[in-house]
Amino acid sequence: MTLLRADNVSVHYPIRGGRVPAVDGVDLDLDAGEILALVGESGCGKTTLARTLLGLQRPNHGEVRFENRPLPTATRALREYRRHVQLILQDPTGALNPRHTVYEAVAEGLRIHRTPGDESALVAEALAQAGLRPADRFMPLLPTELSGGQRQRVVIAGALALKPRILIADEPVASLDASVRGEILALLLTLRDDLGLAAIVVTHDLGLAWNIADRVAVMYLGRIVELGLAEDVLTKPRHPYTKALLSVADTRGERVVLTGETPDPTRIPAGCRFHPRCPALANGVPPAVADRCRTQDLPLLHGRAAGVACHLMSPEIPLPVNRAGEPSIH
Amino acid sequence: MTALLEFRDTTITYRTARGPVPAVRGVDLTLEAGETLGVAGESGSGKSTLAMAVLRLLPRTASVTGQILLDGNDVATMSWGALRAVRWAQTSIVFQGAMHALNPVRRIADQIAEPMLLHGTARNGSVDKRVRQLLAQVGLPGRRAQAYPHELSGGQRQRVMIAMALACDPSLVIADEPTTALDVMVQAQVLDLLTALVQDRSIGLIMISHDLSVLAGTCARLAVMYAGRIVEHGPSREVIDGAAHPYTAALAGAFPTIGDPVSRFAPRGLPGDPPDPAALPTGCPFHPRCPDATGECADTDVRRRPVDQRHDAACVHIGAPS
Repeated sequence: MTLLRADNVSVHYPIRGGRVPAVDGVDLDLDAGEILALVGESGCGKTTLARTLLGLQRPNHGEVRFENRPLPTATRALREYRRHVQLILQDPTGALNPRHTVYEAVAEGLRIHRTPGDESALVAEALAQAGLRPADRFMPLLPTELSGGQRQRVVIAGALALKPRILIADEPVASLDASVRGEILALLLTLRDDLGLAAIVVTHDLGLAWNIADRVAVMYLGRIVELGLAEDVLTKPRHPYTKALLSVADTRGERVVLTGETPDPTRIPAGCRFHPRCPALANGVPPAVADRCRTQDLPLLHGRAAGVACHLMSPEIPLPVNRAGEPSIH
Repeated sequence: MTALLEFRDTTITYRTARGPVPAVRGVDLTLEAGETLGVAGESGSGKSTLAMAVLRLLPRTASVTGQILLDGNDVATMSWGALRAVRWAQTSIVFQGAMHALNPVRRIADQIAEPMLLHGTARNGSVDKRVRQLLAQVGLPGRRAQAYPHELSGGQRQRVMIAMALACDPSLVIADEPTTALDVMVQAQVLDLLTALVQDRSIGLIMISHDLSVLAGTCARLAVMYAGRIVEHGPSREVIDGAAHPYTAALAGAFPTIGDPVSRFAPRGLPGDPPDPAALPTGCPFHPRCPDATGECADTDVRRRPVDQRHDAACVHIGAPS
């Protein structure tokens, strides 16, 4: 069942003399109990999309739907919505008030949302769910007395206390030590299995996606360019951008290092927005296709179905075929 | 032939209000000219302290015992004049976080030129040309020379740092987490650049990172640090694929191989946290987190033992001490 849905969402930031389309037409569904990895470089709009899904940013076009109803606009109703969809940030040290104890950090959300029930019991339950056991021992501690992994668990406990349906985690392990990373990712999987929590994990780390995600959405300059099951996208990538990202994530194979800086959303290229950096286009494609890459925008991917936004993958284009019978595109 | 850099039983201790904190505990390591060595470890493992000690950049609260030899000369006993001559000209450091390492109110051309003018490796007239040459080598257009750091992207700033490090033709470059804050694709660009430049000029490179996969692609040899010690050391591929120390195995497993069914929905980590250097466990410092720990691990403080000819690790479960 679709729990959360972005329906053709666009978000523009105004700048002097124009606007920046940070998210430029995104269709995306999230099922209950599903973990979706949203992958891309900085500036691709993944954080803006996450903020929009959280109701922190109103889309200029399209809408976000939770349980098939559009997000409310009234402050109070929006607050109720945010209880269901909780955010976890990259840096737990910055997210925690250094003068608040673990107990206060976890209880803060309960107080803001005026959650009924026994506060200390709810805090203890959330801490235990986040793997901080025995909860009583951690409650009086200050963030400085905790390790990085424990701090991130406190942040997660703060989210869990509100009994959310969805976690949106923005690079949840990027600032943690390598040996601690696996434990936090395992926690996200446990929460999905035990509590049925759905999650959107915003990351540039494809190994993380392989570790925990059911589906992967690859974003480039405000659009989703490839979407599908993690197994398919990560082992049989179709978009040249996904292929390049995967090739630099694995040190063993031949790497495709894209030239140029991370894309700039104030200057979105015409045609396929990836074409100026596209290694497949640079390696030579039939002139008719190359022409389309340079001039013709691609249709949006549909939120649920697997797909790839690339002219080279359009079925009507005849492509040179290699011995295995697959289109030979690298 | 004297080694480019040699650590001999190097121990570095910080004096703190809570008492002495040993950050580096008896490191032996040698780097020959033109060699690339990766130092892997988590926060608090002592890897950055070790790097800073090479150019005597540690705070006054740090005391160093053992020897650190640069081209056979002990860094600890060098005169200030000799040390100044070594810094930048013979050995340079690419610091992590180029955002903060560059002066925000000076144009990058002036910053790249500074070490050359101070060391007299370029005359006033030829400095401009040399700066442009360096920028071209790190893949930045010459017109960016007049830019301020804030006008550059993160990747460009890190390239400027590399240009500065190469300005005086050093024989050793130490790169401390040179790509940590960068995007994957920019990280790949910067690593490729660094590797190519180092190979071209046969510069010795020490690269420090918490990410084994970054080091594997760049460095021929790898040293893994834990709690101030090198716990495993050998050729990169052998260390990663045939890890002899359980800690190395855990680090290697933390970054999964995409497509490997074993790691699908099975993120691997270690229980517990890296130890506090001020309160190290007895015996092997890794034993409280070690999946293979046995009784003797809690009281045997084990040193490195040979795994094979070029590969050694500090674990009691490896062969017999030689």
